[in-house]
Amino acid sequence: MTSSSVNLDFVGREYPANAPYSVGREKIREFAAATGSTHPAHHSVDTARGLGYPDLIAPPTFAVIVAQRTEAQYIEDPAARVDFTRVVHADERFVHHRPIHAGDELVTVLTVVSITERAGLAMVTTRCDIYALAQPDAAGKPATGQPDDAPATELVSTVTSTLAVRGEGL
Amino acid sequence: MSSSVRPDITTLSVGDTIGSRSVVVDRARLVRYAGASGDFNPIHWNDSFAVGVGLPGVIAHGMFTMGAAVALVEDWAGDPGAVVDYQARFTRPVAVPNPGEAIVEVSGVIGVIDLDAARVRVDLTVTFEGARVLGKSQAVVAL
Repeated sequence: MTSSSVNLDFVGREYPANAPYSVGREKIREFAAATGSTHPAHHSVDTARGLGYPDLIAPPTFAVIVAQRTEAQYIEDPAARVDFTRVVHADERFVHHRPIHAGDELVTVLTVVSITERAGLAMVTTRCDIYALAQPDAAGKPATGQPDDAPATELVSTVTSTLAVRGEGL
Repeated sequence: MSSSVRPDITTLSVGDTIGSRSVVVDRARLVRYAGASGDFNPIHWNDSFAVGVGLPGVIAHGMFTMGAAVALVEDWAGDPGAVVDYQARFTRPVAVPNPGEAIVEVSGVIGVIDLDAARVRVDLTVTFEGARVLGKSQAVVAL
């Protein structure tokens, strides 16, 4: 057998926003240190504010933390039949509408964009649309006049990722 | 190396270099990235697991290499928040010995200048042992 066993029925599936991810200063510093991102906007609140940001900003690939957590909803679903021992990461793209910063509360909507098969290899492309929840104002009320039970959100980043899954004959 | 001075887009030309750097990768670095990113796939720290799934041994996270490479662009841009779009393909693995280290070479040139949008595209070349490990590694910077 050379075809992949990935379940094609999942194409187009959308997973609703998951539990919020709270972006912390120390997580930004830790991630930046791990990738060697020494720019002070990741480490010094004063520098970040001097550049016009509300707090420390995340490195360009920080959103992978949020994206991979979100993608796990799909990849770890046995019905999706994505065998993780046969997976390699093929490509990744980050589009940032604004930098993620410390204090953001992020929720992410996952879409299985496509699954294409060729020569026993399945290319599985997912998209994560990452939104920041509006911060309550000083009085503790949700911002921008939204209903109390539907906080406003702002699209912050879009992460597109493709996994290559080898078929069982490869 | 880091500064908060943005390059003047009107002084840039396609083909200009933004600089280069060497990234030293050892097992401790991979463990650190695993913890920071939450990606604990054992192919990035467990030799017997990696060999068992057909790899030569432990390999670096592609996302580690991608993140380390863009740090060059962040410093050149003077503001990490100026990197508005960044993509790469993972074309070859970076095998990380134990003991020892892998050296990844990163360099970048200006690929496209869009004066109307005030954006440039930086094309990165990222190699290990002389071969490219990232393909189409492009960062769009708002200047």
